Amino acid sequence: MLHHILSGDLPKSRSLALALVLIVLGLAFAPFITSGARPLNTAATICVYIVLVASYDLLLGYTGIVSFAHTMFFGIGAYGVGLGLASAEPTWTAIFIGVVLALILALALALVVGLFALRVRSIFYAMITLAVASSFAVLASQLSDFTGGEDGKTFSVPELLSPGFQLLENEVFGRSVDGKVITYYIVFLGCVLLFLFLLRLVNSPFGRVLQAIRENEFRAEALGYRTVLYRIWANCLAALVAALAGALMALWLRYVGPKTMLGFEVMTDILLIVVIGGMGTMYGAVVGSTLFIIAQNYLKSLMAQGSTALSGVPMLAEALHPDRWMLWLGVLFVLSIYFFPTGIVGKLRMRQLKT
Amino acid sequence: MTTNAPPAAALKVLPPQASADALPAAPRDLAPLLLVPALILLMLPLVGSFPTWVTLTIAGLAMGMMIFIMASGLTLVFGLMDVLNFGHGAFVAVGAYAATMVLIPMRGWLEVDSLLVNLGVLGLAIALAMLSTALLGWAFERIIIAPVYGQHLKQILITMGGMIVAEQLINVVWGAEQIALPLPASLRGAILIGDAAVEKYRLVAVVIGLLVFAGMFLVLNRTKIGLLIRAGVENREMVEAMGYRIRRLFVAVFAAGSALAGLGGVLWGLYKETLSAAMGGDIMVMIFIVIIIGGLGSVGGCFIGALLMALVANYAGFLAPKFALVSNIVLMIAILLWRPAGMYSKSR
Repeated sequence: MLHHILSGDLPKSRSLALALVLIVLGLAFAPFITSGARPLNTAATICVYIVLVASYDLLLGYTGIVSFAHTMFFGIGAYGVGLGLASAEPTWTAIFIGVVLALILALALALVVGLFALRVRSIFYAMITLAVASSFAVLASQLSDFTGGEDGKTFSVPELLSPGFQLLENEVFGRSVDGKVITYYIVFLGCVLLFLFLLRLVNSPFGRVLQAIRENEFRAEALGYRTVLYRIWANCLAALVAALAGALMALWLRYVGPKTMLGFEVMTDILLIVVIGGMGTMYGAVVGSTLFIIAQNYLKSLMAQGSTALSGVPMLAEALHPDRWMLWLGVLFVLSIYFFPTGIVGKLRMRQLKT
Repeated sequence: MTTNAPPAAALKVLPPQASADALPAAPRDLAPLLLVPALILLMLPLVGSFPTWVTLTIAGLAMGMMIFIMASGLTLVFGLMDVLNFGHGAFVAVGAYAATMVLIPMRGWLEVDSLLVNLGVLGLAIALAMLSTALLGWAFERIIIAPVYGQHLKQILITMGGMIVAEQLINVVWGAEQIALPLPASLRGAILIGDAAVEKYRLVAVVIGLLVFAGMFLVLNRTKIGLLIRAGVENREMVEAMGYRIRRLFVAVFAAGSALAGLGGVLWGLYKETLSAAMGGDIMVMIFIVIIIGGLGSVGGCFIGALLMALVANYAGFLAPKFALVSNIVLMIAILLWRPAGMYSKSR
């Protein structure tokens, strides 16, 4: 049964399995084991990032394509929901139409960029996606009549999902079951389904061809696979999943804006998570996103304490400033590419193999 | 398939002096060269007024020169060693910030209304910026890039990581606030040529850009080092087999390219008059578009690409401001439809 759900791709390491079970249980019961808005927000962000990073891993870790346009697709999905709900009455139809339009746009863009740039070398694709994505972000922040510009747009959601809605009279384990909790479970279930879909995808024959392309493209081509076609497919699928993740994120935040949805910071976050969690395994996305988002939300306050403690020392206090936490992550990123390119998950699996 | 021996008669037809003379020159590819003048002339009737056209053209040329200075090092490094440094933008930012260490303490000298003093201070700032980015480039090559030669995927990731770290370090060293970078007193304002107002600083940028281009052109085409670099771009193994240490050459080119990025950073910082650590990332996008248009690894293509991009951006900003937002991408797509690997590209 479990074997079937996970598409035969088991964690293959006891500590990894334990970590995954803990993460899944923690996310599944997050509204009831924590209290307040902040932990729930963290949990929802983790869910969305797991899917976003896993879909990026389909490109980077499984196919060996470096793309910088992943936030663009994430943003398209988010803006689809956001503009759909902001322009009309907040109904489910508006969400549906917004998501469908966003998916069509994401697919078309992924196809065009893929056809243009995936025929040539990987480095060319990385550069072109960077250029296209940054232009898209500029466009989204400048067309303020349509997208709300730099400020973005806040919008209301269908009544069932709004915080004012109460499903049950009484509190359950100290939390009232309101629209926010219902939204959380929609996000959670959506992310579980998308993640399992990606897991299914990479363990299918299609996924094996992608891995073959990553290992040796010439050989894959010599075996009769049209590698360009496979790479374009992988690109389109990753874009669609990223757009859906963006839609869920917008639904949760009830806000879309260029900085949170299209900013280059999101792209660097994704890169850091993929590499630190482990490239080429979907579980890397789960472990990486969880650690990263928790660190982002809670480590910063720790750094603030360190910074105030060291306030006499000139450079060090600056370096420990909470805004500088990307510095340490960047160092960790570079080191992890050198010393454990397979990431946390790869390390754990290797340890299991040795014992 | 049968092998046909070439008919003996055909061999005799060849002109006998062919072997005695020098090799025939390779056919020159002139079409991209004509693009820039064609664009400039085409825009004259569209802009309508001659002085405006002059102002726009010089603004475009100045911006193009600055972008060329920043991009040339990157494209040369790519051509020579097949390394694409995604952290190049960070060098631009570091160069600009290093220049503030001269320009801000010596602000008094910049306010003196004497061209010589102003240029002297500016020269000192540029020298410091280039020196520090050259050193940074040297260290970056040694520590970050050297272990990942030949692995494109890791190169992209690791130079990206280097960019993140460098950007954050700028914040640590120089503080996270934006820094205002005033122009020297004698370079402020505009001069009138006929009816056209041209900002003085833009003329300076054009002159520096032309000097850098001429210098690079001469070094690459008239010196032994240039010969080795060009030979290395063509065929690295062959140069190594002849006994030259191409590793050393490469480190030198990398450091020189980084120094140029630093120079470009100073010019760009003075052009924008404010600095922020994120400037590297924004510039990186323009640099990438330019070297994609020019063809990866080609300095000449990079020059034409930079001028084209900046001119199109300036004209578009005047004629159709909304279109200016995407003019870079449209230009890139147009060029790639014409030549899928950029204007001058030897390799795919």
